[in-house]
Amino acid sequence: MPSLDQVFALNGGALQLRSQRLNMLASNIANASTPGYKAKDLDFDRAMQQAQNGSTVDKAMDDHTGFRVPLQPSLDGNTVELSVEQTLFAENAIQYRTTLSFLQAEVATIKRALKGE
Amino acid sequence: MSGMNVFDVAGRAMSAQMVRLNTTASNLANAQTDYSSKDEAYRAMRPVFRSVMDDNMATIDVERVVQTDAEPQKRYDPNNPIADKEGYVWEAAVDETAELIDMLETARNYQNNVQVLQTAKSLILETVRNQ
Repeated sequence: MPSLDQVFALNGGALQLRSQRLNMLASNIANASTPGYKAKDLDFDRAMQQAQNGSTVDKAMDDHTGFRVPLQPSLDGNTVELSVEQTLFAENAIQYRTTLSFLQAEVATIKRALKGE
Repeated sequence: MSGMNVFDVAGRAMSAQMVRLNTTASNLANAQTDYSSKDEAYRAMRPVFRSVMDDNMATIDVERVVQTDAEPQKRYDPNNPIADKEGYVWEAAVDETAELIDMLETARNYQNNVQVLQTAKSLILETVRNQ
């Protein structure tokens, strides 16, 4: 019988990573017109792998955060490309929703087992 | 845990863009004004943005508002009551085309931050509700 922590580990960790990535992409969009700002992003797949192999979510996130390589470097040193950031932000929001619904389904499953319906 | 959240990030970015829009408005309002000397002529204002890092997040602040070093142009207009002894007036140093383009970019950036705010809000509400 797995503990509740184990049941929620996968989707809980994924949700945390998704939410951190949302923050990063929001920061990039906020700094779209700051000269010299370097856009950051999280490599979700690798961070998730590390988190599954027993690392904490925070460490996995720090280890797999990197700077974005711009498609076309701009003169003021800013590496935010709005089209890229907007697309990734939208994608990440959908992935967050998906993870959230998996998590809610797990909660519902356990609730149903507890009620014994 | 960082002390900043996504609402701070987008909210402060919106305030900064608002300052930028205000300077654009001031510049455009003063674009067609004449002055009797070079020193008193209006020069376009611009905000200086600076990113504020906190952990993995970065928001933006307006560090200061500076006047550009664009040179005011002099125009020969001897009938103008404020013209100097030689009959010249000085035009405000505002590039209206650049200001209008800047205004469009400001509006786009502002809208993007509003969108970020709305998306983040609905995701967080969905998480909190958790039917």
